[in-house]
Amino acid sequence: MKFSYYLLACLCPIILFSSCKKSNDEISPDTKSSFTIEFENQVSGSPLVLNTATYKNANGDDFKINVFKYYVSNIKLSKADGSSYAIPESYFLIDASKSESTHITLNDVPAGDYTKIEYTIGVDYARNFAGAQTGALDPINGMFWTWNSGYIFVKLEGTSPQSKAANNLLTFHIGGVVDPNNTIRTFATDINAANPLRVRADGKPNMHFIVNAGALFTGKTNINFGTLNFTMGGANSVLVADNYANGMFRLDHIHN
Amino acid sequence: MLKKTYIIAVLCLCIAMMYACSKNQDNEVPADVNIAFRVPANFPAPAYHFEDNKLTNAGFALGKKLFYDARLSADKSVSCGSCHQQFAAFANLDHKVSHGVENCQGKRNAPPLFNLAWQKAFFWDGGVKNLETSPLNAFTDTCEMRTDIATVIAFLKQTAPYPELFQKAFGTTDINSQLILKSLAQFTGVLVSGNSKYDQVVRKENSAAFTSTELAGYNLFKDKCASCHTEPFFTDFSYRSNGLDVQSADEGRSHITGVATDFGKFRVPTLRNIEYTSPYMHDGRFYSLDEVLEHYNSGVKPASNLDPLLKNGIPLNTLEKEQIKAFLKTLTDHEFIKNTLYSES
Repeated sequence: MKFSYYLLACLCPIILFSSCKKSNDEISPDTKSSFTIEFENQVSGSPLVLNTATYKNANGDDFKINVFKYYVSNIKLSKADGSSYAIPESYFLIDASKSESTHITLNDVPAGDYTKIEYTIGVDYARNFAGAQTGALDPINGMFWTWNSGYIFVKLEGTSPQSKAANNLLTFHIGGVVDPNNTIRTFATDINAANPLRVRADGKPNMHFIVNAGALFTGKTNINFGTLNFTMGGANSVLVADNYANGMFRLDHIHN
Repeated sequence: MLKKTYIIAVLCLCIAMMYACSKNQDNEVPADVNIAFRVPANFPAPAYHFEDNKLTNAGFALGKKLFYDARLSADKSVSCGSCHQQFAAFANLDHKVSHGVENCQGKRNAPPLFNLAWQKAFFWDGGVKNLETSPLNAFTDTCEMRTDIATVIAFLKQTAPYPELFQKAFGTTDINSQLILKSLAQFTGVLVSGNSKYDQVVRKENSAAFTSTELAGYNLFKDKCASCHTEPFFTDFSYRSNGLDVQSADEGRSHITGVATDFGKFRVPTLRNIEYTSPYMHDGRFYSLDEVLEHYNSGVKPASNLDPLLKNGIPLNTLEKEQIKAFLKTLTDHEFIKNTLYSES
């Protein structure tokens, strides 16, 4: 009899723990759900307003932005235990002139607590040379070079009084995947473990990123619009990619 | 009354016949033909995979109709077929460089189109890396068709019988750039030229045999030309300078790579069907094979990136030139050039 009390005493916490686990068990990897990401476009702390607002780059040059578009692709989520999930076919084109494009939805993601997110700023090597694509990668989006196969990863067009190009234009078309002018950059950020990205059957969290267009022009190399106002791939595009690799995206907060 | 019925009946018949006739002009593939991609026995495995673009009669027929439709260009004057003519093995006869919309003169000679499924890079400078994305260049170039994808899609959506043809080929009338490009690749990828006399000789078919002059030419060719014009495609697909000018007016390959040692280099062109692809070279400067052979004999200039194999030219006497020319003409694939499946109907 005594023995069975002991047994009961031992079983209780097990039952308790397993029942606890149960309530958490919507994290079964078979459960799939979705989450969203909002990309809030800014220029060095100010909201990005196309065509009208004037900004200053780190070199002190004034500029306006007419076009700001960029690819985010190959999104990968990792958990604290080191396991990760690469979201298949995740290609997104964010266009500052189309507000709906700044909110993206990732579906069929295994439920779980994710503590890291990484993605390619641009498009992976293979897709640059692949056959005809559709969706975000459709050449109709004006982000594909037809004469020298490959995607424009980040496109910023505007004007600056300091630009010596015709009509003071700024033309920054960053792309190219062949060394030494490879501009594929990966961005990764840890997520605060106290508030991870909680993907649940009944919860659809939102990640909020601040995207700084000004990051193209500062970081490793401050860009002087008097000397660099036009690049379409090549060594100057690498300078810009090295700038935005670290400074363009910042995870601001997560709503779980 | 009877007469009236008769007239109406005849009228109906006429309309039906007109409809039937117009049907035939939709570039339909004859019912008894099954469009297939065939790899000649003397060719290696292709680079393009039709597994990812399932070849069908309807897809091929649509691609062919798009290929020959000049209405896709800015002034409705230029189709793919304008600069890629079947009787010239889909090169552009008598045009040094291609003529685009509003008689715009292009920069380079239109290359022939065949055996593209084995090619890993396209255009003289190899800038485009996939058969499917190649037409984008011609669509958008201001000196070729000078249009854009959105305009082409809008035109196709509102122009019969295109929606119906897309429905047949891909099961949807939701026309997009991917379907346009895939159907064009079904047409251009199927253009295989591998049944010249040369092919039949190497495959020992139909008891084909070289004449003694052709054979002498073949042996000379293997000795003097084949290091760049490698069998069976008669190109090794590399980029080289053959010393046309001391200073090339066209940067060529370096436009793509940005590498100075690629300046003035162009893709080694195939020699298949060369009898019909005049004029020759990236800028179409030579109109005859005699001029080409004389260039290698006496005209190679010390360009900065001249191919090392050509630093002394390729000395050829008159007899050797005739023999090589005789051999080159065995590379003509008459069946390919005359195949009505590929013709504008």
